[in-house]
Amino acid sequence: MPFDVQSLTPALPEIILLAGALALVLVGAVFGERATGFVDAAVIALLAVAAVLVIWLPGERLTAFGDSFVLDYFSRFFKVLVLIGAAAALFMSVDFWSKERLRRFEYGVLALLATAGMLVLVSASDLITLYLGLELMSLSLYVMAAFDRDNLRSSEAGLKYFVLGALSSGMLLYGASLIYGFTGTVSFAGIAAAAKGAQTGLIFGLAFLFAGLAFKVSAVPFHMWTPDVYEGAPTPVTTFFAAAPKAAGIAIFVRVAIDAFPGIVPQWQQIVIFLSITSMALGAFAAIGQTNIKRLMAYSSIGHVGYGLVGLSAGTVAGVQGVLVYMAIYLAMTLGTFACILAMRRDGKAVEEISELSGLATTQPLVAFLFAALLFSLAGIPPLAGFFAKFYVFLAAIEAGLYALAVIGVLASVVGAYYYLRIVKIMYMDEPRPAFEGMAVPVRIVLGLAGIFVIFFFAYPAPIVAAAEAAAKSLF
Amino acid sequence: MTVAALFFYLFAAVTVASAFMVIAAKNPVHSVLFLILAFVNAAGLFLLLGAEFLAMILVVVYVGAVAVLFLFVVMMLDVDFTEMRQGFLQYLPVGALVGLIFLVELVLVVGVWATSPALVRAAEAPLVSADRITNTEAIGRVLYTTYIHYFQLAGIVLLVAMIGAIVLTLRHKPNVKRQDIAAQVGRRVADAVEVVKVKPGQGI
Repeated sequence: MPFDVQSLTPALPEIILLAGALALVLVGAVFGERATGFVDAAVIALLAVAAVLVIWLPGERLTAFGDSFVLDYFSRFFKVLVLIGAAAALFMSVDFWSKERLRRFEYGVLALLATAGMLVLVSASDLITLYLGLELMSLSLYVMAAFDRDNLRSSEAGLKYFVLGALSSGMLLYGASLIYGFTGTVSFAGIAAAAKGAQTGLIFGLAFLFAGLAFKVSAVPFHMWTPDVYEGAPTPVTTFFAAAPKAAGIAIFVRVAIDAFPGIVPQWQQIVIFLSITSMALGAFAAIGQTNIKRLMAYSSIGHVGYGLVGLSAGTVAGVQGVLVYMAIYLAMTLGTFACILAMRRDGKAVEEISELSGLATTQPLVAFLFAALLFSLAGIPPLAGFFAKFYVFLAAIEAGLYALAVIGVLASVVGAYYYLRIVKIMYMDEPRPAFEGMAVPVRIVLGLAGIFVIFFFAYPAPIVAAAEAAAKSLF
Repeated sequence: MTVAALFFYLFAAVTVASAFMVIAAKNPVHSVLFLILAFVNAAGLFLLLGAEFLAMILVVVYVGAVAVLFLFVVMMLDVDFTEMRQGFLQYLPVGALVGLIFLVELVLVVGVWATSPALVRAAEAPLVSADRITNTEAIGRVLYTTYIHYFQLAGIVLLVAMIGAIVLTLRHKPNVKRQDIAAQVGRRVADAVEVVKVKPGQGI
């Protein structure tokens, strides 16, 4: 078999990221902590180069490595989201690590490796690539969660995430082996060709595979790790978790469901509907009693995954388009919200209690305004971006005849609005506390961009909606 | 009885005997050594089957890495195994019962096992394929061509594990004296030795 360098082109972004990671490990090993600033800058530059390549590589549907790796509009859309999320989270983290005296070059390298894993995951077109991408992502994330290793809660978060993640990987592999056993192939196209009827063994495999994926996106009932890990991990790591891996997980969830199992839609549809309803409900109700803002955001992310899965439940082009729009808008909202959380520092220490925000409107009116806009958007109040996100997924569900699901979703978002609005009330109506320390420039930039995006999305939604439509169509 | 059959019984008998000794030996270090013996003999069985790649992997990975790691753990952790063994006889009846049930289940499963005739023919066919390429060559042909990205990604995953272990455990302690080879090599007599003239009977 003659080798052709051209055949590697579709994987060029991943190859650049991985080669860069190897080089940066070397740089870090030789120059030690002095290289940290350089490594961080280089990682962000590499992510930017990869994003440019993902957008620029010509061709509608490129495949590599014998069809096990695919670069279509769908994977391009999610790759850009993942790269933006990872780069923004890293950009904001630098200041936090310096202030906490935890600045080490390995963080950037691990984030780079995790991002490379996510890109592989998004492009996976067979079960083995899926698993390898997932492990590369997860293994890096476990270490990142425990990065503040002398902090008990950070170590606990890392250990908990690792143990439960290993369990979920086991379930995913068990499901994959069953699917391979019953279809005789690991490629998604081959599985789609073989999985025509509802064989019991195949559905068993499907259920286990989805359980593993649901864990990675923290859908109920596989969400238990989320609040502890979000709360325990250092805030920049939580930002990273909430932004990039969530998008990658949802991407592979959609791809597996649509690409590999188009023959047994009713079977996976009921699993996804169940995951969606329980996630929305738990996300809405369990967040009410939270006092820690990171924990609250964990439950919020569980709820938002539920809304995203509403679109997948529809199983139509419109539904997938809804998921894509939802994840794009959620990425902006979550980055903006975590920028506000990163800015919560008082007396040289990060504070995480919601009550610390009281009276922010008098001390820092602009931050309070943007934070309030982001929270209104998370609650789904028009005309902010979050409303359109929910609008697209619920519309797709109604068009697909899933009325009950849409109604439950709307009710859950009404309940969820309570705890978002409570934070707004604390910021605007309660007695002011001393002002927070000055925000770092990167945090300001990300907060500003996210705020502008969320507030003005309604004016010009066409680029994202059109890109999401093209991406969704490439999947069918 | 051919030579191959003779070797089969030799390897099989030693494997079973050393596997038994793994759990029967009093000294845990001996247990691990018997485990290594069992691995090596199992590798011999693989060789007889014509699976030379598996045999070598078993020796390299299990004997070379896993068993040595076990040995390290056993030797470094000061676990009192005699204490753990107390009450061994007390649990013997329950253990024997579980073992018996397991055996009956196995007999029931294997007893009703139906093998398709095609499979029997496939099993009788030689493992070495018609064009006489070996296992190792067959794996090598696809591992670095068709499946190169799986291989590379798995390598990167292992690298992440290494970086992770270092990030989470390595601590640079101050006041630790490390070997500085450059300084050692660059040392000259003039820096190290001082000749002092001492008059007899005076001392320094």
